[in-house]
Amino acid sequence: MPKVTIDDLTIDVPAGTTVIQAAEKLGIYIPRYCYHPGLSIAGSCRMCLVEIEKAPKLQIACYTFVTEGMIVRTTTEKVIVARQAILEFLLANHPLDCPVCDQAGECKLQEFYMQFGQYDSTLLENKLKKHKAMPIGPHIMLDSERCILCSRCVRFVDEVSKTHELGIFNRGDHSELLPVKGVTVDNPYSGCLADVCPVGALTDRDFRFKVRVWYLDKTESVCHGCSRGCNIEIHANRRRSHHNDGKLVARLKPRFNGEVNGHWMCDAGRYSYKRFESEDRLLQPLVRLTGKGQEKADWTLALSQVDEQVTHQIGRTGVAAAAVIATPDLSNEELYAVRRLFMQGMKIEKIAHRCPADPNGVEDNLLRKSDTFANTYGAGLIIGAPHTADPTVETILEAAGAGKLKTLFIVGDGLLSRYSADVLREKLKNVETLITIQTHGSVLTELATVALPMTTFAETDGTICNSEGRVQHFDQAIPPVGQSRPLLEMLVDLANRWELKAAPRLPESCFAELAGNVEYFSGLTYSKIGDAGVNPSRRSAATATA
Amino acid sequence: MGTVRVINVSERRRVLTFWERIYLPEVWRGLVLTARHFFVNLWRHTLRLFGVKSALPGAATYQYPEVRRPQSPRLRTLHRLAKRPDGTPRCVACMMCETVCPAFCIKIVAEEVDDPNIEKRPKSFDIDIGRCVFCGFCVEACPEDAIRMDTGITEIGALSREGMVLNIDTLLSLPPKSERGDKPVDFLQQQLVQ
Repeated sequence: MPKVTIDDLTIDVPAGTTVIQAAEKLGIYIPRYCYHPGLSIAGSCRMCLVEIEKAPKLQIACYTFVTEGMIVRTTTEKVIVARQAILEFLLANHPLDCPVCDQAGECKLQEFYMQFGQYDSTLLENKLKKHKAMPIGPHIMLDSERCILCSRCVRFVDEVSKTHELGIFNRGDHSELLPVKGVTVDNPYSGCLADVCPVGALTDRDFRFKVRVWYLDKTESVCHGCSRGCNIEIHANRRRSHHNDGKLVARLKPRFNGEVNGHWMCDAGRYSYKRFESEDRLLQPLVRLTGKGQEKADWTLALSQVDEQVTHQIGRTGVAAAAVIATPDLSNEELYAVRRLFMQGMKIEKIAHRCPADPNGVEDNLLRKSDTFANTYGAGLIIGAPHTADPTVETILEAAGAGKLKTLFIVGDGLLSRYSADVLREKLKNVETLITIQTHGSVLTELATVALPMTTFAETDGTICNSEGRVQHFDQAIPPVGQSRPLLEMLVDLANRWELKAAPRLPESCFAELAGNVEYFSGLTYSKIGDAGVNPSRRSAATATA
Repeated sequence: MGTVRVINVSERRRVLTFWERIYLPEVWRGLVLTARHFFVNLWRHTLRLFGVKSALPGAATYQYPEVRRPQSPRLRTLHRLAKRPDGTPRCVACMMCETVCPAFCIKIVAEEVDDPNIEKRPKSFDIDIGRCVFCGFCVEACPEDAIRMDTGITEIGALSREGMVLNIDTLLSLPPKSERGDKPVDFLQQQLVQ
């Protein structure tokens, strides 16, 4: 373990650590452009130059490995002057079009120039003209004038997505980042290119000119696109409603988690935020009154209708002819509330969560999982495990199609990705009382006796378990859209009407009760899960081996 | 319903001295002050009439609105949006003015332009003059010199709150004071027409 001293602070680090990593451990930030912890080392930008004792010249911190007794200084005058000179070079051909650049506000050129800028440039040459506003793929816009040739993006497409679409062409100051001739950058991870670019050369076409980044509020969340559970940030424009086309959520960004997604996320997940405020969101409860068509209703009427219709139907045909489908896109808390009310309160035996595989699911060996439900693991633990019958969704729908089920609750949107509208219409035509609790309007809400609008994962707190069983927490980013309400709240209201016990109204208390009832979650709280999540299955394996 | 804060004015009033409370001496003092100003000004105007220029001119009244006081060229007056030579707005919707505005009176919506040398322009640009505090930060922050406060217009009024919101067409149509000269702009009239 070499001992290294950086700016008079000493630390022991394993051999093979670079100076920039050792400095990071000490809390010293060395400015950098080409260095990215998720990519190989290029050493091309020269921004991270530091002074190392007994070395004749300044050394790059990103590619110098620590040795025993190394003494490094990162803030001496020599270093600052070097950084100023490097910045002058990087800006030699930079167009300085910050006013129209979407990167402004999170641009490393702006940030470091504020700290180390020379302000009065000594260059007399004219700036070179290169390609501007060049769409190189469905999601990425290239402005090669702004590029500082750090090659992060080239390394990304070579090492992470392994699609090799980008390269740096020509020589000297004519060097230019371009896609390989005849190739469009449309790999499933192309959105990450806008994240790795430290300047505004690669920007997100979807986010283009929508809202300035400094207006955005960031909320830590977990992607619900598949069972990987990538850690993300939801960037919402809550303060200036006239931007972003009046919508709240402006973009999703990956959040580093070494155990799950590293620095990346896939494009399908990145652009899934459009669901939150899409046109087809169910904004109001829908009620089908006897002898009339489906009508919009307020919550009081909708809940009293659920109460009356379900009580009447179960009184007539019995609990045996009732079933619940809770799809695994619900959070652990929501699934627990379903179990508490329907299984333990109403004594309904047929509660299904297991759906057939998604025909559109894609799996690769980077992030994407073919199971497009976020919480299959959690649903198995909460709905599946205590259940003796444990029917699948398929068998429930078969029974419904055969006319054996008269009351059916469908909670969650999962069925729509698995069954076509015609199949669902056919299967559900004999169900007399169909209560759907969903986020979006669909064939199910059209068929429903009462359709209740539910919040998406951006609008409520909760936890989900990814395919490895890692429990991860997501925060509420925006208020509920329209009149939709969190599932926990409406189940509490329904339980009060039926004089049954429900799970707590608040996700955190609900999780506490869940932790007390399901062995897998025992001992966990929101504060213990934290930002990065914990994996209890690994914990139990560790105690077993110990 | 907010709580109403009551300030009792009488509590803050200075207690009058005996001399002030007997009233007549103070009335006399006031009369002397007014008369002194009258005679000093009369004297200065008389001197000027005979061609003698004293150090200070006599006080004068501007016959507003026919005659207006001269404005300093630095005076911050109603905003306008500058144009490029081809008539399109110089503004690129960078949102600097909107961000810096302490009164939150600027609202810009950006849109994309095909020209790669411009890229971005404002689709709409509204200034709520009813909220503006004329601090001039927007002019200071503008990297394109697009928003300026040099119209020389200080009489701003409308018959509704909505009328106080100037849109991009009005802002682009206003000429700078240097082009307009002393020709007055009947701004209220322009607003009423809209």
